[in-house]
Amino acid sequence: MSSNNVVGFDEARRVAIFGGTHGNEMSGVTLVNLWLMNSGEIQRRGVETKAFITNPKAVEKCSRYVDTDLNRAFTTENLSCPSGKDLPYEVQRAQEINTMFGPKGSPEAYDVIFDLHNTTSNMGCTLILESSKDHFNLQLMNYVKKAIAPASCPVLLNEDPCLKYATVRSVAKHPVGLEVGPQPQGVLRSNIFEAMRIILKHALDFIELFNEGVEFPPCTVDVFKVSERMDYPRDDNGNIVAMVHPNLQDCDWEPLTPGDPMFQTFDGKTLPYEGVGSVYPTFINEAAYYEKQQAFVTTRRETLAANAIRKV
Amino acid sequence: MERVLFKPLSQVAICGGTHGNELCGVYMLKELPRDRSGTFSLTTVLANPRAVDTCQRFTEKDLNRCFTDTLLSDLLTEDSPYEVRRAQELNALLGPKGSEATMDLVCDLHSTTSNMAICIITHLNDRVGQHLFKYMREKIRSAPVRLILLTSPLSEGYSLDCLGKHSCTIEVGPQPHGVLRADVYNQMREAVDRMLEWIESFNSGTVFEGGEVEGYSMVEKKDYPRDPETQELTAVIHPQLQDNDFCLLKPGDPVFMTFSGETIHYEGDELYPFFVNEGAYYEKNTAFVLGQKQSLLVPSISVEKEQ
Repeated sequence: MSSNNVVGFDEARRVAIFGGTHGNEMSGVTLVNLWLMNSGEIQRRGVETKAFITNPKAVEKCSRYVDTDLNRAFTTENLSCPSGKDLPYEVQRAQEINTMFGPKGSPEAYDVIFDLHNTTSNMGCTLILESSKDHFNLQLMNYVKKAIAPASCPVLLNEDPCLKYATVRSVAKHPVGLEVGPQPQGVLRSNIFEAMRIILKHALDFIELFNEGVEFPPCTVDVFKVSERMDYPRDDNGNIVAMVHPNLQDCDWEPLTPGDPMFQTFDGKTLPYEGVGSVYPTFINEAAYYEKQQAFVTTRRETLAANAIRKV
Repeated sequence: MERVLFKPLSQVAICGGTHGNELCGVYMLKELPRDRSGTFSLTTVLANPRAVDTCQRFTEKDLNRCFTDTLLSDLLTEDSPYEVRRAQELNALLGPKGSEATMDLVCDLHSTTSNMAICIITHLNDRVGQHLFKYMREKIRSAPVRLILLTSPLSEGYSLDCLGKHSCTIEVGPQPHGVLRADVYNQMREAVDRMLEWIESFNSGTVFEGGEVEGYSMVEKKDYPRDPETQELTAVIHPQLQDNDFCLLKPGDPVFMTFSGETIHYEGDELYPFFVNEGAYYEKNTAFVLGQKQSLLVPSISVEKEQ
């Protein structure tokens, strides 16, 4: 398909905004609760927008999850296994959400799902893309990036089958992750809350324009493509023996070159990065990833081309 | 002011993981020198191992509120919360609270999501704790060091550090719970090293000159504005207060911002806010603490030599 062709998409009539997928990521929980009481801010002509708390038990406990991470639970196996009260809470919940907003992969699935997350990493306002071939999402993200410029809005592409995971938003035809940080778990920061709100406003504006028939011309989108997961150095018992180095801490999206400080041992020794070529690290020192054996991920820069798109 | 003499600090305890998700203390315990020769023995204690395992503040009850005389003497049953049981174990190990057998100094390591840099928390009548602060303030250049004074007597204390004859809680921030930041860890390590250095020096006979120190003592706590029916927050810490711990708050200053963007202004006496937006305090109905600054004249101290 050459970039001269306009790709047609059905109008994005059904849009969901998910908060509380991780119950201690407070911006999304707060925004969705606000919009459940008064949805005026998220209404757009020609769009049915539904705000929804995906993991209410985790929200009540103010914990990431109850039994298992909801944002890893939308596997084919989980969604198709017989339902029952013996299943982990989040697997039951995944099946309910798949029924309400899916089924995943079917024509009846919701058009767009925005899933709201916070991170302890200094990632700013990051949009997460699950497929480099989703021209609708590429155009949406291009629109949002331009709308908030000169403030930056990095796009993280995670489509490597070995690295990507079965997210709650993957139920939709066009899944969009919003990751805003830094914010501690269980804490609500005004600047982070407002930044997430503004990103969503622009994203909904895009959908409204698209549904009205606006054609979006071809564009390119600079993305950071996930390359590798880096764990903490550990001893033979699996205990962490070094911390993210102060020079790397908070430096999400900045180049990390071989020889640059990467970890610092508890007695102050520096362990340098020894990869091949420069990478762009992100999710640096995310609290929830200690148990997933991840200190940060490396990414490489790519430019994706998006075709023109128009409603059919 | 006359110099005050104290018995040597022969038994010192450093505790970490009192809150299981405050990681600096958890990781530091393993790194502290235990096989050391010198003038004192050092005991390191992982205070709440179950909470550390699950990386939570606590499992059933905040351990750092379990050291009241009542809870320490409560008869334990099957239904007793884990932390009440653990507090009694720690009291047997480090105490008993208030007795002659108790540790000479208990130091408890904590971190906070608030922008408080390094804070030393000790009691108004604890001259050893105050001298530890004075020494750290003079020696540490990597971050501000401040003193928070607890005005209730040690006997009325509810926190782990009141198991010692002298107490010193080291609180560093900002650090998210469940995260280990190297810069914050390094600051805490420097504070602990200076403390151990001071103890050795004190026990060896050094006279530590007194003088004036400035500290903050809590006057009141302010909660978030909440919906009267649901108790849900209706506002968040204002951007002009966020991260501005220890900057004087005056009437009319912005303190909260509602979700519709309105500013709520401070009404009250001129006081100093701290623990601004501490993650663990939402459930304790505390958006920030307000304190007054006070000057304290600390006497010179030295070790009481044996006859």
